[in-house]
Amino acid sequence: MKKDILSKDQIKHIAKLANLSLDDKELQIYTRQLASVLNYMEILQEVDTKHVPPTYQVLDRTTNIYREDVVGECFSQKEAISQGKKIYEGFFTTRNVFEEARVGNRTLEPSQRKVNDKYNAILTTADPKGVVGHKDLFMTKGIETTAGSRVLEGYIPQYNSTVVSNFEKAGLKTKYKLNQDAWGHGSSGENSDFGPTKNPWNTKKVAGGSSSGSVVVVATGKVDVATATDTCGSIRMPSSYCNVCGIKPTYGAVSRYGVIAFASSLDCPGVLSNSVENLQKYFDLISAKDSRDATSQSESREKKMGKLKRIIGVPMEFLGEGIDSEVKKIFLKAVEIFKKANYKIIDVSLPHTKYGIAAYYILAPTETASNLARYDGVRYGNDRSYFGPEAKRRIMLGTFVSSAGYTDRYYEKAARIRTLIIRDLEKAYDIVDAILAPVSPIPPFNIGEKVDDPLQLYLMDIYAAPASLSGTPSLAIPCGFTKDELPVGMQIMGPRWSEEMLFELGEEYQKATQWHKFRPNSKEMIYDKNW
Amino acid sequence: MTKTGNYNPTIGMETHVELRTNSKMFCGCPADHFGKKPNTQTCPVCLGLPGALPVPNKRAIEWCIVAGLALNCKINKASKFDRKHYFYPDLPKGYQISQYDEPIAINGFLDTSFGRIGIERVHIEEDTGKLQHKKINGENLTLVDFNRCGVPLIEIVTKPDIHSGAQAKDFEQKLQQIIRTLKVSDCDMEKGSMRLEANISWGLDWGYKVEVKNLNSFRFVDKAIEYELKRQRQILEKGEIPNQETRGWDENKNVTVSQRFKETASDYRYFPEPDIPPMEFTDTFIAEIKKKIPKLPAEKKAKLIETYKVRGSYAEIIVSQEGLLELAEKVFDIGKTKGLEADALAGILVNQKIKADTTPEKVLKLVKVKKERVGDIGEVTKWVDAAIIAMPSAISDYKKGKVNAIMAVVGRVMQLSRGKANPDIVKKLLEDRLK
Repeated sequence: MKKDILSKDQIKHIAKLANLSLDDKELQIYTRQLASVLNYMEILQEVDTKHVPPTYQVLDRTTNIYREDVVGECFSQKEAISQGKKIYEGFFTTRNVFEEARVGNRTLEPSQRKVNDKYNAILTTADPKGVVGHKDLFMTKGIETTAGSRVLEGYIPQYNSTVVSNFEKAGLKTKYKLNQDAWGHGSSGENSDFGPTKNPWNTKKVAGGSSSGSVVVVATGKVDVATATDTCGSIRMPSSYCNVCGIKPTYGAVSRYGVIAFASSLDCPGVLSNSVENLQKYFDLISAKDSRDATSQSESREKKMGKLKRIIGVPMEFLGEGIDSEVKKIFLKAVEIFKKANYKIIDVSLPHTKYGIAAYYILAPTETASNLARYDGVRYGNDRSYFGPEAKRRIMLGTFVSSAGYTDRYYEKAARIRTLIIRDLEKAYDIVDAILAPVSPIPPFNIGEKVDDPLQLYLMDIYAAPASLSGTPSLAIPCGFTKDELPVGMQIMGPRWSEEMLFELGEEYQKATQWHKFRPNSKEMIYDKNW
Repeated sequence: MTKTGNYNPTIGMETHVELRTNSKMFCGCPADHFGKKPNTQTCPVCLGLPGALPVPNKRAIEWCIVAGLALNCKINKASKFDRKHYFYPDLPKGYQISQYDEPIAINGFLDTSFGRIGIERVHIEEDTGKLQHKKINGENLTLVDFNRCGVPLIEIVTKPDIHSGAQAKDFEQKLQQIIRTLKVSDCDMEKGSMRLEANISWGLDWGYKVEVKNLNSFRFVDKAIEYELKRQRQILEKGEIPNQETRGWDENKNVTVSQRFKETASDYRYFPEPDIPPMEFTDTFIAEIKKKIPKLPAEKKAKLIETYKVRGSYAEIIVSQEGLLELAEKVFDIGKTKGLEADALAGILVNQKIKADTTPEKVLKLVKVKKERVGDIGEVTKWVDAAIIAMPSAISDYKKGKVNAIMAVVGRVMQLSRGKANPDIVKKLLEDRLK
């Protein structure tokens, strides 16, 4: 495919389909950036997928999840319309649909929101006596929830997400709502419409994203637990960058009800804490079937794992080109710890790893373009001109790859590649109990360093993609520091519903090491012992 | 640019039927929305709030299967939901949860009085909110009410097998009877629980079709289709091709008008709904549902004709009205003991528009009254004479051997008598007179 596949007119057409009004400058930028991303996606065409079925959902073949035909509770009219900007006698109102839309794009006034802390991690302090920090994707009734986007600035939810309810039922009240890349779009924490989150280990560096605020409040000890979500690394990446423990659960383990959707077939709500032991405690609190989330009801959740083989795999594809040499060294040292603990370490191959990013950046944007279609400013929030640049980019990308004439080449193709990535992992787990891998190819980088090159940022998710696309769990834990005193994390990946085993492995590692105990404000410990 | 030169009226119908479930398709809000205060029956799911997720209503799925089976469809053993994307203020999520390539039911048929109509598919989806357009403080605004949003709908799509307005009308009437018999919807066109759209052209080869909406009565279906065919024919005969567009029926002017409707580009970008696991229906499950389907109008009609020897036209009307069949059967059974023919009694039921809640005894009393009335041959004879004078050509056709021409004259007499005359007697009188 040549680069000029995307004409400005096509971009205009896509913008219309996506209900975005873009100015000339934006049209130009998106034409160039999307062309570059699409060019990268050509890599998928080298894979023969003729006889590979597509994967749209990872649900252990769960079917027929219904609710009984019973009337439940409704909102009062007052609650229903409480967040509408223009109300008339109980109706929402909008510009007359028969009139032409206003053309052009006004420049938005800058947000009036003030920065609450020196890392810009906290968007809202809810209850100072609370104990949990929630990523701002979790709906908290009566507490502003923004998804890190100005589209939802000022939005006060009328209901609680299941996860938040579960915490509350256990007496754990909400303390903070936390900064994040808007809608979960990002791996650095720089895409928040309310400014980037800073890394407490070095405030010039990114905190990692998208759950940037969540890791920072855990790293700095402001809370013992924070919620987060991982669509393709958004729990693991910032955990790794801020020396925190995070679990990206099996897809469906934790209810997505009331978690603002990014990419529905990939989103996994999870938790962050300072040790695996704590993490497990909080995970157990929120890991449950939810009648309001049809994708949380797999029967396989109840199955017990078979006997462990005590074999751990290290995927060779992760340690080749592109990995920072220091990160690699630190990771291999971590592998040694398991060897010493009498695990057999073997190489495993995940041959489709290199297609993961291309597949992911077709599937996730397609779903996000759809999930963000509801934000029209009629019932709540602001209109679509409030989307930030990354959200617009992903909406445009997702709309394009799922539009008429392009689905076979992109969306369908990516869904088939997803099947191959799942098969790679299934094959590996026939032989090994778990897979060890680095979380990020490079240590935390400077804020602003990569913002002009979306593709480079997308490639940061390469090690996160296999677990995400396959709906399998992955535990991210600290495993060392670079000589610049920046944290490095690893992930322990396992088959679906193997969280318990991952926690066991993680605890075993944390009994033998101290990395997770370091805090940004007690750096001196780093050189106390030579791990 | 004549493509074929063949003019073959080609019509396909799309019918939306709101199911009368207790709750909505994907949430627990009440499905009965008619006449409720705006935005009083909503929740995070049907209001499309951030983070809300749909969970399908089991009964709605079963009723879609029921409808599919009643329309002689094959039930897809594997089915799923898909997202259909477009932007409109009545669609809160920016997509409608519908079904794309694996609808619940496919390849059925329905027999009309004008022949068999193929059913392409029956699928399930969610209804949208309701819009009103109003000028408020000098500003043209659209008001949105989401009470209807998320109510389960089944969509029944025919093959382009229909060739006239009358046939389309007959199809829709029969469809309504079937759905009502199944008791899955009240199919009330005035309340909008049955909504019709017609796709009309003079043949698929011409490469266009016109969609006509806002057909909220069976009469309009017939009229709009006939009007639209005429309009398109005029364009085609000029050597042009009609615009492929959506038009609406204007019931005051009796014309179709181009609709500036859904100004969005139509690329629905369907993809499988990731929030809902797929569906699988086993043979046993389908068989269980099939057992529960009540006798359908076509079967009932056949029974009336065969068992009671009632003429087809009466039988059709009797089965089309709720409860009338039950009354008719009682009347026929009692009538039999008194030596009264079922067909004659059926004639009374039909011609005198007897309501289903009438007692059989009352109906049978009418037989006597009627006998007296038709016994007054003098009056009937007057009408017969008047009709003969009024319809010379029909009379001459009849005399030339076109036996059926007499029916037109009978019709005229019935008209003159305002339905009071017994058509059988009229016919006999006429035949005698014209010998």
